[in-house]
Amino acid sequence: MTQYRVLPGPEHFLPPSAASMGIYLPNPGEAHINGVIVPEEKAYEEAAKQFLMAKVPTLFPGPLVLWAWNEKAAKKATAIRHLYNTLKECVQPGQTPMLIPMPDYRPKYPKINPEVEINPNHPNLTIWHNKIDCCMFIGVHCHQANLSLKIIRGGTSCYTIAMCAQAGHEDAMLSFRDASVEKIMNLADAVKRLKGTVNPRLTSAKSGASN
Amino acid sequence: MADTHSVIGTKNKKGQTFTDTWKLMNEAPRTPSFFTGSEVIKEALRRASCDVMIAYPITPQSEAAALIGELFAEGYIGDYFRGESEFAVMSQCAGAAFGGARVFTTTAGPGTMRAMENFPMWAGARLPIQMIVTCRGINSPLSIQPDTLEIAYLLNTGMLVWHAETAQDFFDWILKGYMVSEEPDVHLPLALCCDGFFVTHTKDVVNLTPADMCLPPYDPYRSPVPCMDMECPPVRMMRDPFVMKSNYISYATHASWQQEVWAAVERSRKHTIKWLNGLIETENTDAEVIIVTSGTAVSQGREAIRLLDDEGIRCGLVKIKALRPWPGEEIREATKNAKHIIVPEFNVTGWMAKEIKATIPNSERVHAGPRVCGGMTMPPEIIVSEIKTLLGMRTMSLAGRGS
Repeated sequence: MTQYRVLPGPEHFLPPSAASMGIYLPNPGEAHINGVIVPEEKAYEEAAKQFLMAKVPTLFPGPLVLWAWNEKAAKKATAIRHLYNTLKECVQPGQTPMLIPMPDYRPKYPKINPEVEINPNHPNLTIWHNKIDCCMFIGVHCHQANLSLKIIRGGTSCYTIAMCAQAGHEDAMLSFRDASVEKIMNLADAVKRLKGTVNPRLTSAKSGASN
Repeated sequence: MADTHSVIGTKNKKGQTFTDTWKLMNEAPRTPSFFTGSEVIKEALRRASCDVMIAYPITPQSEAAALIGELFAEGYIGDYFRGESEFAVMSQCAGAAFGGARVFTTTAGPGTMRAMENFPMWAGARLPIQMIVTCRGINSPLSIQPDTLEIAYLLNTGMLVWHAETAQDFFDWILKGYMVSEEPDVHLPLALCCDGFFVTHTKDVVNLTPADMCLPPYDPYRSPVPCMDMECPPVRMMRDPFVMKSNYISYATHASWQQEVWAAVERSRKHTIKWLNGLIETENTDAEVIIVTSGTAVSQGREAIRLLDDEGIRCGLVKIKALRPWPGEEIREATKNAKHIIVPEFNVTGWMAKEIKATIPNSERVHAGPRVCGGMTMPPEIIVSEIKTLLGMRTMSLAGRGS
């Protein structure tokens, strides 16, 4: 059993992949928190709590749920919008939920505009610029999500959540698997349920410092 | 998005029924058949719902490549053609896999070496191509005979690497290999190796699944990278991608990319254990002497163990099935009681013994041999002789002038 835990960074100049440190992905019906396998229900509560504690809780929808490229993607996008609206309704003054897309994975030079998008090749720029201290990836291809999650863990103190449509992400601090419209709605319900029960943090994420 | 479960129970154009792979491999009736290894490759491919096979002749895989051409003529393979060289074949395999096809190819020896640049590219691009490697000599002077040196070169490419002992392994692992390779959290190419000629050109009884049942098709929508997006890495490789920029974040992105490939190798562990019933097989691991090896050296080891048993010497066996992911924990556990660990190999450098030495505590227990190469056979008697010598027992001379 590994002692390694997937925690908010900044972790290292080049942090290891969590898989190489012995962290396993959850099986169906499970999730992981910090690399420890938990029942999915517990992960909804924890993810909602992290959102409600954050000064800038942010959703990063990726190409798999953008562009309405099929009916399922369009339904998921609607559910993500619902989750975002729920966050806005449930946070306290001073908290600023954001919805920033990862529209594609193209390398962009000289750099992306961090106010309007996040890019897997330098996701830390968007985290730093917007002082995002809790984020959730959804609809991002698994390889690109893992790249981003590891770079964020390496260089920022942002708490990362993955709502993955496949097997999950051990490089996130909390990961669901087999994402569906129902699971996104469950998370929104959990946020509603915990509204007013969680004290928000006073500081936000920044480069080189933990919260 | 596509759902492969929806096709289970339906038929393909050849009348084969798409079957749940676990049921196909573990519950479907089996028919004993007397086939060469090359024929077994063909029979596995008949059931693999393969979209594209690309061939290039090089001994000892030429026969298998040609037999799969017959499958194409019969309508079991979506497309089949010959590349201009092994390098071209592996590049064409990449193109087909980028496009969302289930891809298969075969190679051997110098062909593996010639195509080598493609293998880390396949892994970095997360392409679940399956490549059969029928190992043979790679160095000058030319040898077409069995020799496993080329496996050592594959171990650090980021590919999954399995080493089959028998034609039965081959049949089962070709089909199971796609199931591991195509998992979205893995999605890596598989080099399925065997010892050329010993496996490919000898006949053996192999229990085949029904020919009218086949694997569910590959679902490219589960890929961890987009299919064939010319604007994004990994397809966008040479036109000002991040890999060509000189700044910290470009390097860090590439480093993370490499780590992600090896993370995927690690993730394959749980799926490989499920499908291969463990990364290793063991016998008598409480014995003081244990043979640890892979491929047909395992078969020779089994015979040596039988000969030793006749003399009252107890010897254990560890058959290593998967080389990547490497079964480090399993080998440590299986050899914890052993005083002597014997590693017979069909190559000159003893790469397997080096891997095992780097894995276990008290590595002086590892005896790196016996080794043969260049096509030599490995009589079980030389394994017996080495073990008896290690134990301080008298043993007959196996080579000399007969005096």
